[in-house]
Amino acid sequence: MKILVPVKRVVDYNVKVRVKADQTGVEIANVKMSMNPFDEIAIEEAVKLKEAGVVTEIIAVSIGVTQCQETLRTALAMGADRAILVETTAEIQPLAVAKLLKAIVANETPQLVILGKQAIDDDSNQTGQMLAALLNWPQATFASKVTIANGEAEVMREIDGGMETVAIKLPAIITTDLRLNTPRYATLPNIMKAKKKQLDIITPESMGVDVTPRLKTLKVVEPAKRKGGIMVPDVATLVEKLRNEAKVI
Amino acid sequence: MGWNAGEKAALNAITLRKIRLPNAKMSCAFVKFNTPQPQREETTMSDYAAPLKDISFLLRDVIGLDQITKLPGCEEVTDDLVTPILEEAAKLATNVLAPINRSGDTEGAKWSAGNVTTPAGFREAYKQYSEGGWSALAGPTDFGGQGLPHSVSIPVSEIIGSANMAFKLCPLLTNGAVEALAQHGSQYVKETFLPKMVSGQWTGTMNLTEPQAGSDLALVRSKAIPQSDGTYKISGTKIFITYGEHDFTDNIIHLVLARIEGAPEGVKGISLFVVPKNMVNKDGTLGARNDVKCVSIEHKLGIHASPTCVMMYGEDSVTTGGATGYVVGEPNRGLEYMFVMMNAARLGVGLEGVSIAERSYQHALVWARERVQGRPTTPVPAYLGDKPKSVPIIFHPDVKRMLLTMRAYTEATRALIYWTASCLDIAEKSNDAHEKQTHQALVDLMIPIVKGWSTEVGIDVASLGIQVHGGMGFVEETGAAQYYRDARISTIYEGTTGIQAIDLVGRKVGREGGATAFALIKEMENVLPLLDSANDVNLKAFGRALTAGLKEFKRATEWTALTFPANQGAVNAGAVHYLKLAGTVCGGWMMARAALVAAKQLACNDGDADFLKAKIMTTRFYGDHILTLATGFADALVTGAESVLQMEEAYF
Repeated sequence: MKILVPVKRVVDYNVKVRVKADQTGVEIANVKMSMNPFDEIAIEEAVKLKEAGVVTEIIAVSIGVTQCQETLRTALAMGADRAILVETTAEIQPLAVAKLLKAIVANETPQLVILGKQAIDDDSNQTGQMLAALLNWPQATFASKVTIANGEAEVMREIDGGMETVAIKLPAIITTDLRLNTPRYATLPNIMKAKKKQLDIITPESMGVDVTPRLKTLKVVEPAKRKGGIMVPDVATLVEKLRNEAKVI
Repeated sequence: MGWNAGEKAALNAITLRKIRLPNAKMSCAFVKFNTPQPQREETTMSDYAAPLKDISFLLRDVIGLDQITKLPGCEEVTDDLVTPILEEAAKLATNVLAPINRSGDTEGAKWSAGNVTTPAGFREAYKQYSEGGWSALAGPTDFGGQGLPHSVSIPVSEIIGSANMAFKLCPLLTNGAVEALAQHGSQYVKETFLPKMVSGQWTGTMNLTEPQAGSDLALVRSKAIPQSDGTYKISGTKIFITYGEHDFTDNIIHLVLARIEGAPEGVKGISLFVVPKNMVNKDGTLGARNDVKCVSIEHKLGIHASPTCVMMYGEDSVTTGGATGYVVGEPNRGLEYMFVMMNAARLGVGLEGVSIAERSYQHALVWARERVQGRPTTPVPAYLGDKPKSVPIIFHPDVKRMLLTMRAYTEATRALIYWTASCLDIAEKSNDAHEKQTHQALVDLMIPIVKGWSTEVGIDVASLGIQVHGGMGFVEETGAAQYYRDARISTIYEGTTGIQAIDLVGRKVGREGGATAFALIKEMENVLPLLDSANDVNLKAFGRALTAGLKEFKRATEWTALTFPANQGAVNAGAVHYLKLAGTVCGGWMMARAALVAAKQLACNDGDADFLKAKIMTTRFYGDHILTLATGFADALVTGAESVLQMEEAYF
């Protein structure tokens, strides 16, 4: 069975982001970019399923600028078999991503799409759910354990109260949580092989998908600076200040 | 932001896991920390981050990867391959090797009854390193290697060495042994040993030194007795054998210098042998244990995790007749074979200077930003408040001077080594005979300079790293002292600085009347008009400093070429001054090339402005504070011989 893994190119998690002077977004020029960590977990899970003989082909997909090819090469070096880039310079919001993925799913007919639960840049946490709705497929989000057998996926999910295990029929959508696995390092031979793997480039227009943004960003600002703290003499004063000054209890 | 409560708990759990299990790959990925320094663009949870920006800037924009790509066999070495290789190597270095650097130093390698146990985590790290294919990076493609050029393997090696110098020595020595066997080994030797050495399943060692034969290998006494089946029985004691015994792999392949019975005296009677720890059967499985044993390991100033072994060959020779070995190449040509790979090995050790300098600089920089002490004497950023009583020490001019010295030396030595590596690639691979020859001459000239100067500078930088920490630097727990102790070996092994300097003034400059050095000076002078015409006050100032430095280098080279034939002793007396002068000026030339590219990129708004500005400022600093040493070195060389030669031994 085929598996589709969308990967997003985001500002590297080690970078301390800076807000652009015109408040339209964060500075991404000359900033280190890398694969969204949750997507790395998704690729790792797909590679594990392939190693276990459950999956026969892993297709990595990215949507965005030309440089997303680097992100796709990373996915290929980790073990994806081939890659598709939907190349566009437009702002792509989760609904547009889901629509584009739906079109690719129609083409590639995978039995499973594993996505990161969210991207660390906009933290939307929407794409997987929207894709499931558009495809009318079952979904299991925030996965921390995945078992595939008999045309079903048994997924242990992380929920606020603890863990929940669900069984869903394939084809299905799974989104990854932090503890699903530990992504591997790409080996040197695989990095070299990745350069030669197939990477197709298409455009949203060629797929007939309208990617016009539905949401408008008004402005982006830095969080308020933390004010200096004070020492309180005892617990009673602390409670008093929390209640009357901070008004949080 | 979309973090729920469970998420935060998970993050904490992962943070803890990382602290407890330094090998775990999952770094505390999703934490972005808020430091009080708005200028600081990148920050990481680990204490080492590979300087990928400087590395790729040098490779791509200053030295030019395209020069390498056009070499036969290097067609694939393009930016889109090199970048992911460097990034992945950096991940391995930061997450796997760097976290066991300090614990490796504290714990050290342990010897017991002939066996050596490496510190906790090293065995697993080696497994990850070799299984990831990193051992095979530069290995010959015929035996499973990737055959990547020095221009790629050198930066990777720098990163690995910064993360963990004691660890890096094992692959370094293995690569040297692979190169020797690939060039000179018989078909049998190559097929038996190379594939597993290239893959890292087995490691290699170099056994040159004996108690009475250090810098002077003519004194080697280990002997080899020819056997009727074509093998030899080797016996003797070898010392200072890096990773001569360890617990990484199930076999270790020793390359050993020894004399065949009846061979001529001196260097012309030394042969090279390959002696496996465990014999290898025809089907590739391991056979009987060979008569070679690690009888002890040294207690050293630094690189504690790297076992430095005393190796005994033929301890049971009464019953075994000695350790079984196979001659490499022709008998009596062992030293010659060693010298062929000396260039790559010396380049690799010179690189250790850069690795340690970079690590030490990063360590000192973090401290200088955190340690709050003393009233500022210069304007400070507003976020420190109005008239602060004390500020992070990075705001004090003398601390800035120390950090800049560290940074300037690190960047200059890195650039010079990368450039030398590119020359070595061209010399080895080019189809153009003239290009090959001129680059080989450059490599021969540069090797003693980069080996000697980069390692001397590495020690100076690591020493400044301690100084920036003040008293806390003298305390081991801070970690700054380890770099200084680890760096200390680099000016000694693979030919001391003195040996490098004598090689430089003798074989490389004196003997050919300075021809290659003068050609290089001429080439370096080409950069001066560019600096002078640059629309940047810093570059203009640097141009003046480099002009003066080049003048001194020329003067010293003329004196050396003239004096050497008649008075070798006088030249040797100041040879180290000449070596440091050459390094300082050539390093300045590379800084100029880098700064010119940076200025150009800045002008077209191409690239990270902060990085480019820092490059130009660091270059300016190099001119004002480091290139100015050139005059002193030249004077000491030209006028200082008398005071050395006239001092009689009895007066000491």
